[in-house]
Amino acid sequence: MQALYAQLLVGLINGSFYALLSLGLAVIFGMLNIINFAHGALYMMGAFVAYFLLNLGGISYWWALLFAPIIVGIFGMILERTMLKFLTGLDHLYGLLLTFGIALIVQGVFQNFFGSSGLPYAIPDQLKGGMNLGFMFLPIYRGWVVIFSLVVCLATWFLIEKTRLGAYLRAATENPTLVRAFGINVPRMITLTYGLGVGLAALAGVLSAPINQVRPLMGADLIIVVFAVVVIGGMGSIMGSIITGFALGVIEGLTKYFYPEASNTVVFVLMVLVLLVKPTGLTGRAA
Amino acid sequence: MTALTDDTLPVTPRAMRDEMIVFVVMALLLVAVPFSGIYPFFVMQALCFALLACAFNLLIGYGGLLSFGHAMFMGTAGYCSAHALKVWALPPELGILVGIVAAFGLSLITGFISIRRQGIYFSMITLALSQLLYFIYLQAPFTHGEDGIQGIPQGHMFGVLDLSKPTVLYYVVLVGFLAGFLLIYRIINSPFGEVLKSIRENEPRAISLGYRTDQYKFLAFVLSGTLAGFAGALKVFVAQNASLTDVHWTMSGEVVLMTLVGGLGTIFGPVVGAFAIIAMQQYLAGFGQWVTVIQGSIFVICVLTFRRGVVGEVAHYFRRSL
Repeated sequence: MQALYAQLLVGLINGSFYALLSLGLAVIFGMLNIINFAHGALYMMGAFVAYFLLNLGGISYWWALLFAPIIVGIFGMILERTMLKFLTGLDHLYGLLLTFGIALIVQGVFQNFFGSSGLPYAIPDQLKGGMNLGFMFLPIYRGWVVIFSLVVCLATWFLIEKTRLGAYLRAATENPTLVRAFGINVPRMITLTYGLGVGLAALAGVLSAPINQVRPLMGADLIIVVFAVVVIGGMGSIMGSIITGFALGVIEGLTKYFYPEASNTVVFVLMVLVLLVKPTGLTGRAA
Repeated sequence: MTALTDDTLPVTPRAMRDEMIVFVVMALLLVAVPFSGIYPFFVMQALCFALLACAFNLLIGYGGLLSFGHAMFMGTAGYCSAHALKVWALPPELGILVGIVAAFGLSLITGFISIRRQGIYFSMITLALSQLLYFIYLQAPFTHGEDGIQGIPQGHMFGVLDLSKPTVLYYVVLVGFLAGFLLIYRIINSPFGEVLKSIRENEPRAISLGYRTDQYKFLAFVLSGTLAGFAGALKVFVAQNASLTDVHWTMSGEVVLMTLVGGLGTIFGPVVGAFAIIAMQQYLAGFGQWVTVIQGSIFVICVLTFRRGVVGEVAHYFRRSL
């Protein structure tokens, strides 16, 4: 049973990353109509920024949680202003191709300087060690990742669904021209939205740095799984992305325990099953 | 949704004549390659990728469907052909057939699944399916995992053509490429191809005219996947191995890049793009990971400034369809 709980925890952690990443993808898709293929590369950048902050600037993990998403978010906003902006009105596929190119560039540059092996990032002192919960041993850092991700996801949900800013955002998603006519600076909102989505990816990167090591290709395969998560959940609902992300992580963890050979593929298989039964995805509306 | 190509020209006799002239020039140039001193291995490899890109282009350029997993057809056909040649010791022509049938079967299944969603979801689904297949091949015993299937015998095609001789192999690959290319050209200009183009331009309108667009897209997917498999089967004879790189998403990305550089929805674009990208990889091989960076930059530049691709720009300049 110990092993089962351990795999469930790993599943919850992966689920946190899926949730944070698919949430960002959904927010970006809503505003920009772009599937951000660079999301995995920006997640990786988040981890690297945390690594640089610690090793070059002596800035701790806690500040990295704040600064890395801001730095990567600004990088994202520059990308939006200099490139993605010009794709408005074009076919969806150009956004996918452009961001795929950006992902190749970013990953290639990091691979050139850091190779393919992982750089270690130490768990901060305050989160070292573990707790004995009676039925299992819980490493504190891992518990922290799950709870913190959940809080960030819910905060994002609250921001978009319950605040005035979120209302503008949702309105601009439905009808940008009309919202603009009300005097709201929609292009700036689009830039900020991209920054927010990218920042969430970078935050996931910082969280994963102590667990998965910091590697240039850490986001390359992850983003494909997240795409499958997005196909399963649909991008219509913020809460849907969060729940699907965590649920698939848990299912993946259970698969690791019961049938390890399929742990790499279970999310994709589930995607196929969902497509056969309910082609629009679990929460999605017809595309 | 905006159309991919903003200047679709009607098919006129003049356009057909232009295309045939370019085709004959291309065929003659390729026939002359062994006499030119150009390394035939490079051209053969480029021809296989050109056919793959043409098959991919059939789907995106004429059906408006961006598949981000086309390497799965090439890789699957490659593995199956290689297995048939090496383990079952089948002659080359049957080995190729095994690969094509495998790709055909795979495209039936994946097409059935992925056609259910449109636009951007379709791309993500094809990518996820190819990743699923990648992990299956990584673990399946017959693919030999990381090592791949190596040392594949080339054999004698139809019992007479000795494929271990580079010149013979070159012409066999060339005939395969030209046959595949002409088949795609025929499909594009058939009534089926016209309907496909109308779906690309405006799917709701095509549906309202009474076309079952899903069936057309499915058929296009199967044709494209099967032809991509043919390219993969040919590539087995050139490379003499079948490995995981041929199923990986980076390979699917390269196919997209080739077609984008040459020109989406142009007839000759994928060929030009394939030769350009393969040549670039050849000459820049010493630069390590910078090749990835350069490829990424080409994606960005193409999308931002050069969406018609090389052939598309030329055709646009001369107001011709190529």
